[in-house]
Amino acid sequence: MIDPNAPGFWEGLFQVLLAGTGQTLYMVGVALLVTVIVGLPIGVILVGTEAGGVFERPFGSRAVGVVINRVLDFIVNLGRSVPFIILMVALIPFTRLVVGTFIGSTAAIVPLSVVAIPFFARMVEISIKEVDSGLIEAADSLGATRWHVVSKVQVPEALSSIILGLSTTVTSIINFSAMVGTVAGGGLGDVAIRYGYQRYSVIHMTAVIIITFVIVMILQAVATYFARRFARRSVDISRVDATNRSLFRSIRTRA
Amino acid sequence: MIQLQHVSRSFGRADNPVRALDDVSLDVAAGEIFGVVGQSGAGKSTLIRTVNMLERPDSGSVHVAGRTLTDLSVSELRAARRSIGMIFQHFNLLSSRTVRGNVELGLEIAGVDSKERSRRSSEILDLVGLSDKSGSYPSQLSGGQKQRVGIARALASKPDVLLSDEATSALDPETTRSILELVKTINAELGLTVLLITHEMDVVKTICSSAALLEQGRIVETGRLVDLISRPGSRLARDLFPLGPVAPRSGGTVIDITFSGGTADRPVISQLARTHGLDVSILGAVIETIGGSQAGRTRLELPGSPEANAAAIADLRSRDLLVEVVE
Repeated sequence: MIDPNAPGFWEGLFQVLLAGTGQTLYMVGVALLVTVIVGLPIGVILVGTEAGGVFERPFGSRAVGVVINRVLDFIVNLGRSVPFIILMVALIPFTRLVVGTFIGSTAAIVPLSVVAIPFFARMVEISIKEVDSGLIEAADSLGATRWHVVSKVQVPEALSSIILGLSTTVTSIINFSAMVGTVAGGGLGDVAIRYGYQRYSVIHMTAVIIITFVIVMILQAVATYFARRFARRSVDISRVDATNRSLFRSIRTRA
Repeated sequence: MIQLQHVSRSFGRADNPVRALDDVSLDVAAGEIFGVVGQSGAGKSTLIRTVNMLERPDSGSVHVAGRTLTDLSVSELRAARRSIGMIFQHFNLLSSRTVRGNVELGLEIAGVDSKERSRRSSEILDLVGLSDKSGSYPSQLSGGQKQRVGIARALASKPDVLLSDEATSALDPETTRSILELVKTINAELGLTVLLITHEMDVVKTICSSAALLEQGRIVETGRLVDLISRPGSRLARDLFPLGPVAPRSGGTVIDITFSGGTADRPVISQLARTHGLDVSILGAVIETIGGSQAGRTRLELPGSPEANAAAIADLRSRDLLVEVVE
């Protein structure tokens, strides 16, 4: 039991929360970076290797395309269906191989990325599928290569939607990042477990909830802002939920 | 300039294929505006897509500007496509790019440097009359303006050929007219060969010098418009100058006279009245200017006895007029 009236309590709380927030942002930030770098190409390839896609015939063979598509699709489904807590434990040997240890915030980045990549890849896939096939045809008629189609048409046209998908992905990374606290991954989840749960500190628990909430809201607002900026179509904001929109408006009017 | 030879293309399963194109041969001369008309599902879209090989034919060969596209490798084909511009019914502009960005897309793909790109896009935006919109996004433009951007994008890489896939079908009549006017100007000033597909006869009448009728994947009729008009029984001519159904009447003979070229401005009807003493009534008439000369059809009722009418018809025919008796 922690006594909030003990000398140095508030200073200690502040230190603990600062460290926890720092670790969470570090884990989430790096995991997000890895997720985008790996997930974006997977999403692009998932769409491309479908029948009629840009990578329909890699190395001149439709069979190769089908195999790539099926394998990626399977991995993505697998990654999305295994509960995180199990995935985290199951990945320990792999984490140790990559980072050298499976304890701490840096080690937590591995399972966080592994769980977020399939999630984001699916988001990218859905976003790119929404791009009008006529645009690809237009690029083809101008003599575009497959790389041109991806880099000049598919990704830029889907960007607004991809950013919204990314914001959903970050939210779930933050969500999972709290869970790594249970296996000594550090971060706000760790604070909540060690102080809030094990030592019954309601103040710590409340503070963690508020900080997490604020982080998620800020990220959502930023994502919505950029999604809007890149949405040049007249109506494409339907995917942003009402909460985000009102939040975005209140931030903008204050600014 | 464009030649299709015995092109066939089927879709669907092997055991129950749908023949979109069935042994189609087409020859479009340089500098011509050639229109392919047909109903939905006739194979028009497939036809125009085989010209730049967006749709690869199952058999037959495609020749554009001296190159046999069906023989080219993938990378050679990409290069060849840069000399074939294409515009689309739904414009297909990138919403993430400005007007200028869209026009420069083909140039970027071709690896043209940025200075040359902006010089070229300014020049072409000026040509299509959109210089003041270069920084706008497609969502801020009207349908007609979007199609102008589409045309500018197609022209940026200085193609020899322009393919138009129902380019005016999503536009209102007035905008359609202005876009057709632009296509005509481009054809005349840049000497661009234009192949267009449409289901609107008006488009063909307004700008085409030649036309073909596509039906169930086959070309059933083709020729220069001025020749088609004077061709007996031509379905294209009938579609171009529709006179409507004949109301049932008692007695007399109903005839359609087709005028074209030199016969169009002759005072046929008054001559008929004078020399044969027939009180001719006009049931319907269409006169249009096609390829710079007048052409049209008139439906007349001759009130005389069968013998007198036959004599009048023979007389008309002897004066190089195309006369068809309507049953």
